Amino acid sequence: MESARSKWLWIVASALILVWSLFPILWIVMLSFKQPGEVGNKPGFLPDDWTWENYRTVFETDLFTSALVNSIGISLIATFVGVVFATLVAYAIARLEFPGKKLILSFALAIAMFPVVSLVGPLFNLWRDVGLYDTWPGLIIPYISFALPLAIWTLSAFFREIPWEMEQAAQVDGATTWQAFRKVIVPLAAPGVFTAAILTFFFCWNDFVFGISLTSSDRARPVPAALAFFTGESQFEQPATAICAAAVVVTIPVVVIVLLFQRRIVAGLTSGAVKG
Amino acid sequence: MAAITMQNIVKQYGDGFPAVNDVSLDVQDGEFMILVGPSGCGKSTLLRMIVGLEDITSGEMRIGEKVVNQVAPRRRNLSMVFQNYALYPHLTVYENIAFPLRLAKKPGEEVDRRVRETADLLELTEHLERKPANLSGGQRQRVAMGRAIVRQADAFLFDEPLSNLDAKLRGQMRTEISRLQRRLGVTTVYVTHDQTEAMTLGDRVAVLRKGELQQVGSPRELYEQPVNLFVAGFIGSPSMNFLPAQVEGSRLLTPLGAFDTGALPSAGVAGDRTVVLVGIRPEDFEDASLVSAEKRAQGAVVRVRVDVTEWLGNEQYAYVPYEAPRDLAEQLRELSRELDSDQMRTQAVVALDAASLITAGDEVELWVNTAKMHVFDPATGENLTRDEERVAALGRQSDKARQAQRRAQRADAEPPAEPPAGPPTPG
Repeated sequence: MESARSKWLWIVASALILVWSLFPILWIVMLSFKQPGEVGNKPGFLPDDWTWENYRTVFETDLFTSALVNSIGISLIATFVGVVFATLVAYAIARLEFPGKKLILSFALAIAMFPVVSLVGPLFNLWRDVGLYDTWPGLIIPYISFALPLAIWTLSAFFREIPWEMEQAAQVDGATTWQAFRKVIVPLAAPGVFTAAILTFFFCWNDFVFGISLTSSDRARPVPAALAFFTGESQFEQPATAICAAAVVVTIPVVVIVLLFQRRIVAGLTSGAVKG
Repeated sequence: MAAITMQNIVKQYGDGFPAVNDVSLDVQDGEFMILVGPSGCGKSTLLRMIVGLEDITSGEMRIGEKVVNQVAPRRRNLSMVFQNYALYPHLTVYENIAFPLRLAKKPGEEVDRRVRETADLLELTEHLERKPANLSGGQRQRVAMGRAIVRQADAFLFDEPLSNLDAKLRGQMRTEISRLQRRLGVTTVYVTHDQTEAMTLGDRVAVLRKGELQQVGSPRELYEQPVNLFVAGFIGSPSMNFLPAQVEGSRLLTPLGAFDTGALPSAGVAGDRTVVLVGIRPEDFEDASLVSAEKRAQGAVVRVRVDVTEWLGNEQYAYVPYEAPRDLAEQLRELSRELDSDQMRTQAVVALDAASLITAGDEVELWVNTAKMHVFDPATGENLTRDEERVAALGRQSDKARQAQRRAQRADAEPPAEPPAGPPTPG
């Protein structure tokens, strides 16, 4: 009896949380299917007249398509470079004894806690002086530096979980340190690497502050910033529906990535490595 | 295949603690050498120094003719089985075994042939496509062995490979390892804290204590002629009984009774000492009523009170408590703690014939085989009754046994090579 009751409690609680988190998303989806003129005139959750109009508008706007390209490119590059760096750093932190190890870790933590906004002003000036303003690298560099700490902490936790013997066994079997790292440690840490990559990617993909302040044109402006410049089809109409459509479009990759890799992230790959 | 030579090997950690202290040891080509000792004696550290996972503070390590102190593990051409196996969980059994060959960039068909041969030898063929996580403990252990033997390494190193298996499987794998080593004839160093493994597997056994080498010899030599109290107490289960004794001429007065030293090979062993420790193995006692009169005359008979008896079917243990002088009792306690047993009271363990009708609480007569008695110096622990002639004889005997066995195995390995099936020529 007791278990049936707690099961029901669980179901109710989960449903509440689902509604709480999914309702805003559903609302945006509904808005994106409404006619541009409908918002503010006709009340109602469901669209009166379902239309793909807004999506067509979004993809016909250069502002959005170029921003999409910028967002994808910048996020992927920042993620790749960041994760490669973080993997090497985390490995060193987990495995090697060297002076300054504590310092690096505390610095990483400090950076993670640093309020991003406070750096925007100085970076704006600096980037304009060195010519990085409104360029891809101009966004990639701050993204990497702010994503690194989290990735390093996640990955070093994963590396620490891998038994030392794995690596020693590889060395005895004839592997160089680099081979042992590449053929044994990295595959074993794959769930960790994926987790770090996804977290980094989301951080870059969702960023608004850097996106809006370090760019001025289509050259580098990412989607979250571009949404703020949206005007819609005509300037006499509220662009709300088009913005919602764009928001739905940029949310899709995130959802797809999570669905694709959730098993990878959760998979306990190291089970069975040692006696068990 | 190669011999491994260690000369004055020292391993000192950052805090100056010597985990291995001045160990010199020769492992001959093709020999099965066991490193044994209680936990923390440095046996695993020594093994890891051989394979190169631990730096050598000072001393010289040679594999074959080459000094390898500064050589990276991967260039030493040794293979090792780890205590927890250290299988690669992301690779199949096949790829696990093939790993060393792939690193050596062997051609594909050679890798395949050798992996399949190895799998065949270890009866892993049907598991080749599985992942380590889906194997049982014994299978994992065999995969680890497979990875070690698949390439022609100069020596095999085992770090307590059976300690994670249950008792029954351990027995089977022990025989399996022994058979495999005899068959491949590869130099092997095997670390264990289990004396059954030490006694049954090794051509020779090296006993370590606190990083120092105590004695190296055939299992028989260690058992019959231990150099000191520590080795005597460590080898044998249940361990040797140590009785404090007053020296009175040629008689030793122990809490159990008086023993005559006349039967010992070296008379007057006690020298000018007034107190010694007498060591008697449990099986050198017997229920006096079961001993023939003739045999009885060759030993001593003592009257003692039996505290507890344990009847095991094939034999029977009886415990005989005794009083010891305080300082010696403390020393014996210290020794037993060092041997990982921490015996609470001073008592003698006696192995009796299963037919004996002695029961707990009885006052009984026990016969002691005084010819097999050992006498130790209580201060240094040195064995005063060690018979060097007997040691040499045992050494010759074990060498001979080893050679005979190697010949047999060579003949076994390549029977079709010599068509005339005549008797094997000696030499």
